[in-house]
Amino acid sequence: MELTTTWYLVLSASMFSIGATGLLVRRNPLVMFMCVELMLNAVNISFVAFGSDLNDVGGQIAVFFVLVVAAVEVVVGLALVVAITRRRADATADDLSVLRG
Amino acid sequence: MLAALAAEVGDFVRPPIDWHAAAPELTLLAFGVLLTLMDIVWLERGRKWAPALASIGLLATMVPIITLAVDGADRSMFGGAFVVDKYALIMKAVFILAGYIVVLISSNYISEGDYWENEYYGLLLSSILGMILMASARDLITIFIALELLSIPAYMLATWRKRDLKSNEAGLKYYLMGVFASAILLYGMSLLYGASGTTLLVDLNESISASDSPSAIVVMGIIFVIVGFAFKVSAVPFHTWAPDTYEGAPTPVTAFLSVASKAAGFVALMNMLFVGFIGRDDVYEPMIFALAAVSMTVGNLIALRQTNIVRMLAYSGVAQAGYMLAPLAVASDVPDSALAATVSYLVIYAVMNLGAFAVVIAVARKTRSAEIDDYRGLFHYAPGLTVAMTIFLFALAGIPPLGGWWAKFRIMGAVIEANTVSGVVLGVFVAVNSVIALYYYARIGAKMWADEAPDGDLTPVRVPASLKSALVLTVAATIVFGVLPGLVGDVTKVSLLAGVGG
Repeated sequence: MELTTTWYLVLSASMFSIGATGLLVRRNPLVMFMCVELMLNAVNISFVAFGSDLNDVGGQIAVFFVLVVAAVEVVVGLALVVAITRRRADATADDLSVLRG
Repeated sequence: MLAALAAEVGDFVRPPIDWHAAAPELTLLAFGVLLTLMDIVWLERGRKWAPALASIGLLATMVPIITLAVDGADRSMFGGAFVVDKYALIMKAVFILAGYIVVLISSNYISEGDYWENEYYGLLLSSILGMILMASARDLITIFIALELLSIPAYMLATWRKRDLKSNEAGLKYYLMGVFASAILLYGMSLLYGASGTTLLVDLNESISASDSPSAIVVMGIIFVIVGFAFKVSAVPFHTWAPDTYEGAPTPVTAFLSVASKAAGFVALMNMLFVGFIGRDDVYEPMIFALAAVSMTVGNLIALRQTNIVRMLAYSGVAQAGYMLAPLAVASDVPDSALAATVSYLVIYAVMNLGAFAVVIAVARKTRSAEIDDYRGLFHYAPGLTVAMTIFLFALAGIPPLGGWWAKFRIMGAVIEANTVSGVVLGVFVAVNSVIALYYYARIGAKMWADEAPDGDLTPVRVPASLKSALVLTVAATIVFGVLPGLVGDVTKVSLLAGVGG
């Protein structure tokens, strides 16, 4: 069986849905960050799949930018979590559920 | 694969760079780097110069913007991904001036509260850099980079009172909603790229307007992109982060988010709609129509029962976003008037909302609170602030002859001029909502003028010089825009469609 672009797009769409669902239902900020990463990597797969299908380098360039931005976003997000746990040193990650966005 | 690519591309040739067109971004970047370096080299000794350097940086950035405006030619770089036209210059000037007023209202707040100062202004300048880049961005990747450059520093600014749990919660909510929105936006962009094979908005429009374009992918892409920006401009039902973030963040940052960040979201949305999607109005117009109608109604109705003035301004901001979206719902029928209406609303909204927040900051210096009940009897001990606040509230409500009236008039003009059913319906929505909004704005006015001060405490509010100058600037602008509406009218006669060639 040959793997066509459609397969990659289906993979990307399912990863994106899993990430989005996780972000909406999970309460732990760290797990929510991971879900965002899942969504961003779904975008990367989709960009690369389209880029290879169209034989266009633009999709791959977009992935570089998405990767860098994803790294920056995680840095800021983890800093926020650290700031909160410092404030409430006794709190486990689950107690942060009051901060559910 | 890489070797094959390199052989195909050949020797790298640097794309021609128009240094004059990039000068505003480069100037602001230089000052942002300078602020950071000053912090590293001088440590604490640099603190007292930070706000001055940030203001100088913002004013210095105005110089190339003015020379570009005097020059008047449309410039475009990188194959049309970066365009400097009249619209871009106006929006850049709005961002720079809004940033300048934010620096004015921040300086005392930040220096008195044991906060990090150099970093604050450094991040503020990076965020403004993202905004002025956004005004010129005409390419999916450029828009995405500009959006992240303006958002990521803003997440940190919202958490600036890092020892305060409320500020932490504000930052985390803003962050989670923000990254969720940008992931949705990016997924939409990847679909649009897949459907059109290009990231350039002009080519994208040509490709998706063609009858043989893959329809389902395009429709999904447009929907995802608009949802992503709806978070940024806090349109209902994607507004839930706004009240919590506005309340918990330091008030100057709230002013920045509610004005500059929202305006940047609108600029991005307008770039997308007018350059990228204009050929597919069958998809985006019903969506924008729904967002606009629901945002104004829900925003105003929830604002009615707020007891905290910052939360009230947050919901009023949601409603104002609805007004600003309204002309975009008729973008294909009357593109020029719709664009001009939204741009002039953004300009006027920036001054009146920044002014309202400046008063909130000034009053909180005495009362240490943002509860509406603490505004009772304000007239008896702070008549100047009361008059200023009344002007801003009435301007936000749209009462002539203040600036907000003219802004609403432009919105009404555009939706009626479209002469479509959806345009007229939106006009009715705007009119009814203006009446609802008047109630909660006037209620604060009544408390300030007619009630007695709580506990009979009549010690005057001490307003520092920088905050006072911000108030004078915003009051003057709010009145001038209302009395001489031609001023904004002439400046905002812009067209995105004409300026996209390149």
